[in-house]
Amino acid sequence: MKNSLKAWLYLLPALLFLGVFLIYPLVDVLIYSFEEGYNSTSGTYFGVGFYNYSYVLHDPFFLKALRNTVLLVLITVPLSTGLALLISLGLSSIKALRKFFQTVYFLPYVTNTLAVGLVFMILFKKTPYSDGLMNLLLRLFGMGPVDFIDGPYWAKMFVLCFYTVWVVMPFKILILTSALASVKDDYYKAARIDATPRFRVFTRITLPMISPMLFYLIITGFIGAFKAYSDAVALFGVNLNAAEMNTIVGYVYDMLYGDSGGYPSYAAAAALILFVIVLTVTTINLTVSRKHVFYD
Amino acid sequence: MESENRVIKDRKGKAGRVIFSAVIYFFLTVWALFVLFPFYWMILSSVKSYSAYNGEYIPTFFTLSPTLENYREAFTAVPLAGYFLNTLIFTLATTALMLLVTVFAAYAFARLSFPGKDLLFSFFLSLMMIPTELVIITNFQTITYWGMRNTFWGLILPSVTSVFYIYLLKENFEQVPDELYKAAKVDGTSDLKYLFKVMIPVCRPTIVTVTILKIIECWNSYVWPRLITDDKAYFLVSNGIQEIRENGFGRENVPAMMAAVVVISVPLIILFLVFRKKIMEGVSRGGTKG
Repeated sequence: MKNSLKAWLYLLPALLFLGVFLIYPLVDVLIYSFEEGYNSTSGTYFGVGFYNYSYVLHDPFFLKALRNTVLLVLITVPLSTGLALLISLGLSSIKALRKFFQTVYFLPYVTNTLAVGLVFMILFKKTPYSDGLMNLLLRLFGMGPVDFIDGPYWAKMFVLCFYTVWVVMPFKILILTSALASVKDDYYKAARIDATPRFRVFTRITLPMISPMLFYLIITGFIGAFKAYSDAVALFGVNLNAAEMNTIVGYVYDMLYGDSGGYPSYAAAAALILFVIVLTVTTINLTVSRKHVFYD
Repeated sequence: MESENRVIKDRKGKAGRVIFSAVIYFFLTVWALFVLFPFYWMILSSVKSYSAYNGEYIPTFFTLSPTLENYREAFTAVPLAGYFLNTLIFTLATTALMLLVTVFAAYAFARLSFPGKDLLFSFFLSLMMIPTELVIITNFQTITYWGMRNTFWGLILPSVTSVFYIYLLKENFEQVPDELYKAAKVDGTSDLKYLFKVMIPVCRPTIVTVTILKIIECWNSYVWPRLITDDKAYFLVSNGIQEIRENGFGRENVPAMMAAVVVISVPLIILFLVFRKKIMEGVSRGGTKG
């Protein structure tokens, strides 16, 4: 009994923090999302129901944010995963300079998203003084200057995807290189004795062996991309609605705070919608992976 | 005849391998340049003078007259030093509190016994699935209600908890042989003393990893600080850089902006280069970003 008391004492700080900042909010956000006409200052509301959800789902700003987010997910997840796979395969086939390349590739992980985003903005931005480096590059191919930061929608989406891929690559390369390193050498030796072609070795040995990690990356990639926000802020500034580049998470924060804020109920409803989307996508991913992943 | 054929084939195979690895090195170098280029560009732009930068319609890839003027500007025209200090306080305090909470909880799960332990631990694990976006709404209301907006406590308290680190440390604590614990008990050592004299020193590598990962997380945090502070005196570097971007140096002063970006990025890059192995190991064991 004395021991049990001691254990709870050791757990007390963690329980307090988790209780106040994780478990209580989880219950509370559900309640918020069903309270209609909630007023932040007085703390009153005048009904319970699905109005908040219906409001959010009919809000053009939310639909725009949803469209942006889905596009970002569909473009960046396959692109970054595929690219990371190619780079990791390259890395695992060399010996000299491997450590060096690995270190360089990991660098974006430890940088401040907001700060480096500013550099990308400078590279892509067209100003009265200069068309910017990216446009000079485009001119080499005979393409006209495009303002990637304040210009057409596709250009802005391009930069956002470009920067997102740059940011998420380190994690994916790291995971895939260690997955590739853990494939037993015996399989490759056997394939070499049989003189199996390189491509066949890849599809029959490498790919099945790393498939659990590959699916892990796809799943976390989807989750991460659905929560995109800081990258967009770094490129287009705080007012993402004006830039037409808002994301679902951005919509949640806009509803909560800032010039358009003060509506925690709408924010809660939007956050829960996002949660349901992510949960659904993850479940689909898991179902697919169970069919295709080779578990040892 | 047959052996001659084999020699030719081998030679062809060797040439093929050389070409193959040349192609691989080429692409790996291209990607390395792609990763490094933004860093190069920010350093380069930060040492160009204001007039030189704006006078270049076609940006030059090097400068013959580097200046540190922009760094002075970055520290004088905007309260960059203040942002820096705030981030340092926030990072150190949050990390220290996190360690304290995490170590005690992990110890309870790893070494002490109480009814319902396994159930509680699985409950903890399930908490890892809760996305921050979901709980941030209420936390914002809570901190506002407590009158902690624009305070360090308001910044720190909701950032402390990390279920994942409790899990990581608990796994590590459990690897310390039971015999040590029993021997310590026979000697009459208290749990607290055992934790600090044996457990923590033995598990130091994991504790260091957790500490570094948390420091990186704190240094780069943006969303929570943005929600909870609107007084510049409490801005962290991420919010500071955003503020510089929106309201800037009074004019479009890109070189000074880049100097600020360099100043903000350098501490973490140094940390990374020093603890490269630990960080990469830690992240591959359970980091998530992207």
